[in-house]
Amino acid sequence: MELGKPNQDIFATTLLDLAQNDPTILVVTSDSRGSGKLVPFGQMLPNQIVEVGIAEQNLVGVSAGLASTGKKVFAVSPACFLTTRALEQIKNDVAYSNNPVRIIGISAGVSYGALGSTHHSLHDFAALRTINNIDILAPADNFETRQAVLAAMHHPRPLYFRFGKRPVYDLHAPDTIFQIGKAIRLREGRDVTFIASGETVARAMLAALHLEEAGITCRVLSMHTLKPFDSEAVIQAARETHAIITVEEHSVFGGLGEACASILMQRGLVVPFKIVGIPDEDTVTGSQSEIFDHYGISAEGLATTARTLLQVEQSS
Amino acid sequence: MGLHFIDYWGYPSALDVTQGDREMDVQTLQLKSVAYRKTILEIIKQSGAGHTAGSLSCTDILNVLYNHVLNVDPDNFADPNRDRYIQSKGHSVEALYTVLADRGFYSREALATLNKYKSKFIGHPTRKVHGIEQNTGALGHGLSIAVGTAIAAKKDGRSYRVYTLLGDGELAEGSSWEASMTAAHYQLDNLVVIIDRNTLQITGRTEEVSSLEPLEDKFRAFGYAVRHVDGNDIPALIQIFEQVPFVPHKPNLIIAHTVKGKGISFMEDTVKWHHRVPTDEEFAKAIEELELAEVKLKAAV
Repeated sequence: MELGKPNQDIFATTLLDLAQNDPTILVVTSDSRGSGKLVPFGQMLPNQIVEVGIAEQNLVGVSAGLASTGKKVFAVSPACFLTTRALEQIKNDVAYSNNPVRIIGISAGVSYGALGSTHHSLHDFAALRTINNIDILAPADNFETRQAVLAAMHHPRPLYFRFGKRPVYDLHAPDTIFQIGKAIRLREGRDVTFIASGETVARAMLAALHLEEAGITCRVLSMHTLKPFDSEAVIQAARETHAIITVEEHSVFGGLGEACASILMQRGLVVPFKIVGIPDEDTVTGSQSEIFDHYGISAEGLATTARTLLQVEQSS
Repeated sequence: MGLHFIDYWGYPSALDVTQGDREMDVQTLQLKSVAYRKTILEIIKQSGAGHTAGSLSCTDILNVLYNHVLNVDPDNFADPNRDRYIQSKGHSVEALYTVLADRGFYSREALATLNKYKSKFIGHPTRKVHGIEQNTGALGHGLSIAVGTAIAAKKDGRSYRVYTLLGDGELAEGSSWEASMTAAHYQLDNLVVIIDRNTLQITGRTEEVSSLEPLEDKFRAFGYAVRHVDGNDIPALIQIFEQVPFVPHKPNLIIAHTVKGKGISFMEDTVKWHHRVPTDEEFAKAIEELELAEVKLKAAV
């Protein structure tokens, strides 16, 4: 795997390419164009960027108004502020009113690392999953990011994307088919399935490589879409492999893991299962990478979790 | 309760005579306001819920907007050049539903389903109802949406205006002031913000709950061109809307001084009528007062 660029860089360059040929594309920012890598966008297309200052509620409301006139609106702000302070605007002005704004949560998850919990978004999947009429995407790499932005252009409903600020590994072949709501199988195996989203997918891939050296083969799914959810991919994993481990840069409550657990329970499928994410505690101080490692979102941590699950299965 | 809702639609009113006619004289609009108030009370009584006094305070504003100011009708509602009206004080939806029925967006009989099981007439504005621009109901949202819509007009070189009605109690929501900063920054003289200044909110006087005054100074400081109007005076409302834009490159703000519960003596300026449903006796008395007002207006004509 080669190291690519930060996903939010790819988001910004892809959007700039598209916007140069489509004047209906607008970016709305809350003093966030620098973090969102949108300075070149603002310089090249000053008529297609709307700045509202540090005011996330207003950012989303203004975006809803713009979208109601047929503009393709991308509301860009750090995920931590956007999905808490402006949650009511997302729920009412965007989702409930069906103003198809593309809500872009930048520097998501624990991207801001040591800046602390004020700047972490470990709640956004949970909060938004419960809101009707907004789809949720967490691209894993540069390919998925670009494809997601392209797909967003013609998506009929409101969307939420979350992007991180650190360079990510390229995981996909260029001819991979990307479809909103459809998991991508990155690796095939019989023993364990890793179902991961966003920037944890690369960690799951590294764990799979590590485990394969010990003769444990792993399926790795990039679950880039949290909603609509690819239930079938989860059911197949339960039927075709011996254990499932979900991995997310999110609270272990209310995110990818619990979405998978819900599907399995309601289908009566019982497999050794573990949700790996950020536990319900005061998050440890560190960089994104250090926080991942601390909570077992690492090649070694995930490999250990896999071995433990398989042992449980063998002993039962 | 002894009421037969549909019977009340049968009251003679200006509605039947003037529906669809945008050029109306003042007396006709005044008659309409009486008829609207009757309908508001009827549908609230019928449904057993509603925001009575706030709907009555903004009735005249909506009347003048939809019958004199806005270029909005059922046939042009998809036209990108139509004016927009976004009701930020969504709880006064009974007034909005009533005026839209009169404008022919749907039948008045449809309003009998207000708040009923599976009705599209929800207790706050919803786009499921023809003629409603935005879903509102949570306070402090309408102004930002209106600002975004007005920015779009500027970007597209369109001449439509965006009107939004805010409650005075609603102004404690900080998002309204965020939106005000943006309105001034983008010099949105195509935006018309109307404050329904009835001085009451659910707990009591606005000045006792969370002081708003000096309200004009606040709005001026935020960059608006501010005007005052008697928000229950039809000729004054017509006049103030005709003066828009007040100052080039400044967003327009109208402080409409209104009476909560306007038109019904025992509801006027009384905090308890915020969302109280009239008893049978109160309802009969209220209708009686409105019929008397109608008779007086017709006699004056």
